[in-house]
Amino acid sequence: MSEHINRMDSMFQRVQSCQERALVTFLSAGDPTPAATLPLLIALAEGGADLIELGVPFSDPVADGPVIQRASQRALAAGATLGTTLEAVRAFRAAGFETPLILFGYLNPFLAYGVERLVDDAAAAGVDGFLVVDLPLEEGASWRAAASARGLHTILLVSPTTSAERAAEIGAAASGFLYYVALKGVTGSQVADFDTVGQAASAVRAASKAPVCVGFGVRTPADARALARYVEGVVVGSALVEAVEAEGEGATETVRRVVSGLKEALRDV
Amino acid sequence: MSGAQQAASWPDAAGRYGEFGGRYVAETLMAPLLELERGFASAMADPAFMEEVRRYLREHVGRPTTLTVAENLTRHLGGATIVLKREDLCHTGAHKINNTLGQCLLARRMGKRRIIAETGAGQHGVATATAAALLGFPCRVFMGRLDCERQAINVLRMKVLGAEVVPVDSGSRTLKDAINEAMRTWAAEVDDTFYCFGSAAGPHPYPWIVRTFQSVIGEEARAQCLERFGRLPEQVVACVGGGSNAIGLFHAFVPDAGVGLVGVEAGGHGIASLQHAATISAGSVGVLHGSRSYVLQDAWGQIQEAHSISAGLDYPGVGPEHAWLASTGRASYVSVDDEEALEAFHLVARTEGILTALETAHAFAHAIRLAPTLPKEALVLVGSSGRGDKDLNTIAARMEREA
Repeated sequence: MSEHINRMDSMFQRVQSCQERALVTFLSAGDPTPAATLPLLIALAEGGADLIELGVPFSDPVADGPVIQRASQRALAAGATLGTTLEAVRAFRAAGFETPLILFGYLNPFLAYGVERLVDDAAAAGVDGFLVVDLPLEEGASWRAAASARGLHTILLVSPTTSAERAAEIGAAASGFLYYVALKGVTGSQVADFDTVGQAASAVRAASKAPVCVGFGVRTPADARALARYVEGVVVGSALVEAVEAEGEGATETVRRVVSGLKEALRDV
Repeated sequence: MSGAQQAASWPDAAGRYGEFGGRYVAETLMAPLLELERGFASAMADPAFMEEVRRYLREHVGRPTTLTVAENLTRHLGGATIVLKREDLCHTGAHKINNTLGQCLLARRMGKRRIIAETGAGQHGVATATAAALLGFPCRVFMGRLDCERQAINVLRMKVLGAEVVPVDSGSRTLKDAINEAMRTWAAEVDDTFYCFGSAAGPHPYPWIVRTFQSVIGEEARAQCLERFGRLPEQVVACVGGGSNAIGLFHAFVPDAGVGLVGVEAGGHGIASLQHAATISAGSVGVLHGSRSYVLQDAWGQIQEAHSISAGLDYPGVGPEHAWLASTGRASYVSVDDEEALEAFHLVARTEGILTALETAHAFAHAIRLAPTLPKEALVLVGSSGRGDKDLNTIAARMEREA
């Protein structure tokens, strides 16, 4: 592990010390065009996002619902690649923004780029970690070692189908934060009851050495607030991607406003 | 352990065949895949379950299927004797039913209440709908919108069998997107739903399960060759899309070092055109649908659409065991383009009176190349994986265009 202090670690320390919860936001890189990504990243940061998940578009996003599938397709049609995604991160850092950022994606585009080359280029661009949707605990040991050698976190997930024993194994290997998936199914689905989700996430938190954030199905400030007392952070994705779908490159103001409202709900917890 | 013994014992505990295979899925699917692996291992250890599978194959599928000496085709080509393993004579018209009956019986043993499946051309969908009807399961089949239009008769067959056909509008609206949608649905309904996967691809344990249920093809064919000819074939030839019929035919022969195994991929408009489905011949190593294998992808790792005149070979991935057999040299993989497959289709119809599936026509086309290069004493065993009634619209359109 390098001496470099990961932006994500400092962020979680800061929000915990001031009775806040972390707002984790997702947008798909290159949606609707590669040029739109930098202004949208800035809107997320200025709106108050504590951590950004930047989706790397993939042709076959099997864990995503229709909203993020369409975002991926728009981005690919506009020529987005892992290369343009890293370029947007470099520009975001060059503009002076220090909001922690992870690349969220599927394994194949990362493998095609080359794992060693990716961790080098990502660290140099100012990325703080990865979430590889289709790389479960058993398959990811060499990936985690490569990322960790550059000071980058690999975010692991626990789902409602994960057994308690398995959740403990994943919790012991957690790095950065542990992502608790609020529901069975894909991103953007409906959550029935946030208290039940929060209690399940609390149980996962007890066995995790990293902070726990909950995502999939969190849409409104009220949703975020309902989960806030159980975990260190909440993830909002499809609701923001919908704004980009509706308004295209002009979505920056809406994104900033929505993020700001969500963050407000996560203060004074 | 010899290479052959090792081959028979794959996959390892991590679901790998050498460097291929594995379980690259979202965490939500890990629990159901682990449950499926346990359920399947338990069923395999239960002689009563295997006897039940054999009984269904005997009484409902019509197994064992026959071995046919293609005398006219052999005489026409003037070389090796061509012998056919007749999976086209299975109930529903192709080998797919071997696997769907096995998986639906497994679903019943595991206490699942609903079946979902993906389908490309509709053959696996029809075979799943058939097994589900027989065993009393509600069944939903995901099928790309484009494939629904191209294979309207199979959509109707599934509906008549009581299945719900769900058209898929995401991505390229073909087989790979149908698999994506079936996986998404499975993730949301894991508690009581069994995903009946149709090919020897996908995450572990599916390649293992599908091979196990399909390996009856090669076991019968090997015994039939020994009984009829007193020896094994020189070459075994089968078409490969995802690879279920080929792995089923090859598996029993893998330890027989003197038997050549040849998988025939769809060359579409030709490898150079980039419109093909020759994943092993012209693809590269990647991860698709939960498995590390060869895939068709661009330089950025985006999965590319496959093309073949035969919808059943039109898939940009391939089963991991084929990738392994290719990488070790135990099997070789060649490609046959649309035109050569069509020529074979017509030749087999006229010489043998068999309307073969366009998928199967690719295997025939390679056998037609091969036979004249071999001595008369040599045996070439061809996996006659399915019948071609479903393809008559495609053939009619071609004949009209050429008339």
